[in-house]
Amino acid sequence: MADAPLKKTPLNQVEKDLGGKMVDFGGWELPVQFTGILDEHEAVRTKAGLFDVSHMGEVTVKGRQALDLLQKSTCNDVSKLDDGRAQYNGLLYPTAGFVDDILIYRNGSEDYFVVVNASNTDKDYEWLAKSAKGMDVEVKNVSADYAQLALQGPESERILQPMTDVKLGPMKYYRFAHGKVDGVPALVSRTGYTGEDGFEIYVAPKEGPRIMRKLLDAGAKACGLGARDTLRLEAKMALYGNDIDDSTTPLEADLGWIVKLEKGDFVGRDVLEREKNEGLKRKLVGFEMIDRGIARHGYRIVDGKDEIGVVTSGTHSPTLKKAIGLAYLPLDKSAQGSEFTVLIRGKETRARVVPTPFYKRAK
Amino acid sequence: MANTPEDNRYARSHEYVHVEGDIGTIGITEYAQKELGDVVFVELPQVGAQLEMGDELGSIESVKAVSELFAPVGGEVVEVNEALADKPELVNTDPWGDGWMVRIKLADPTEVDELMSAEEYEEFVQKESGK
Repeated sequence: MADAPLKKTPLNQVEKDLGGKMVDFGGWELPVQFTGILDEHEAVRTKAGLFDVSHMGEVTVKGRQALDLLQKSTCNDVSKLDDGRAQYNGLLYPTAGFVDDILIYRNGSEDYFVVVNASNTDKDYEWLAKSAKGMDVEVKNVSADYAQLALQGPESERILQPMTDVKLGPMKYYRFAHGKVDGVPALVSRTGYTGEDGFEIYVAPKEGPRIMRKLLDAGAKACGLGARDTLRLEAKMALYGNDIDDSTTPLEADLGWIVKLEKGDFVGRDVLEREKNEGLKRKLVGFEMIDRGIARHGYRIVDGKDEIGVVTSGTHSPTLKKAIGLAYLPLDKSAQGSEFTVLIRGKETRARVVPTPFYKRAK
Repeated sequence: MANTPEDNRYARSHEYVHVEGDIGTIGITEYAQKELGDVVFVELPQVGAQLEMGDELGSIESVKAVSELFAPVGGEVVEVNEALADKPELVNTDPWGDGWMVRIKLADPTEVDELMSAEEYEEFVQKESGK
């Protein structure tokens, strides 16, 4: 893998010109920061920041049985979607572990647009295509057809509106529309991964650099993966590969709100039903550090000599100015206020289970 | 890289030591702080700790990662920079000055000779960063 050239998004050159500090992120060359994680984070919380998320994958699911395929492959109820609505959902294995966490956009009753995590794109596409065998549905990986920009922060609407014919004011959270941005066809959705108001914009790759420049000129601050991670963690949004993966179920991951057992049969349903009836063994919780230090991904949680859990994400919260994180803990130790010990480079360090999200924007 | 002070000596792990008499003031370089990004917490040893050259001296948490800090020279810790507890960002804003980390009473002043000069360190960084 070390020899494979890094993949570049359509915005790669703009990011380098802007002084982005480029890193290898799952095989993609992307900026971890421009001026610094703390001030990029603050820009999103107080004004507006712009992220290149073109590495995300896009898969179209079209045909008479498009809904049937999505219903059987995911745990949320896709039939609740209307045209112009998007939904957060889990694509599951028979074990109820995550193939991926995804966004499903409904263009029409036989036309869905699925947005997946970059590093899972091929796996998700193949999983859906395999699941679609014998069904009247066409699954296509269209990831190369899009540049994707995430404009996030309270000033996003003010910045984007002059550049688009899509009426942003009436657009509610998790709604989208097709229209034009800077004169070219675009999909604009009121979605994001920061816990802040904002939009995600999908355009043809060649249009991306110009639109990125214009959004920056209009007042958005260029932001990198570092701020994206601190922002999403404060909002307690799961990161695939850290907080969720093929060994964790949506119920364990505290994503019960996307588990709709009553929608009918789907892959992994029996496991989730059993978890609901018999109770979970472990659960993803938010924590903050009592002692000094930052407990990061993979750090072990111990009770005496026994390892009882693991930290899945951890960082310094720029908004709260303290160390926060997510961890899997045994159910009987996961109540809010429970204290536990995490090993930070071998040192026993105390932490406490706290309510999540860590940050919630004022409405 | 033009601002690497010539009166410091440098370790390959990007700490500097500034020696006056038998006391060495230790911190991390401008290049190191840039690589780390925003520093939010610096864990330092207790005054009185005895360290050998290359021992782990502490750790630096930036928002994105943790990095170990190694003693570029051996000796007894005689002072730690208490200001970093409240203002860890000093490591970013003034690595050569107010962002210093510990002062060590050198056990063996000749150890300093094993470290790089400013010029050697700049060459080393250029090679390491591949630019």
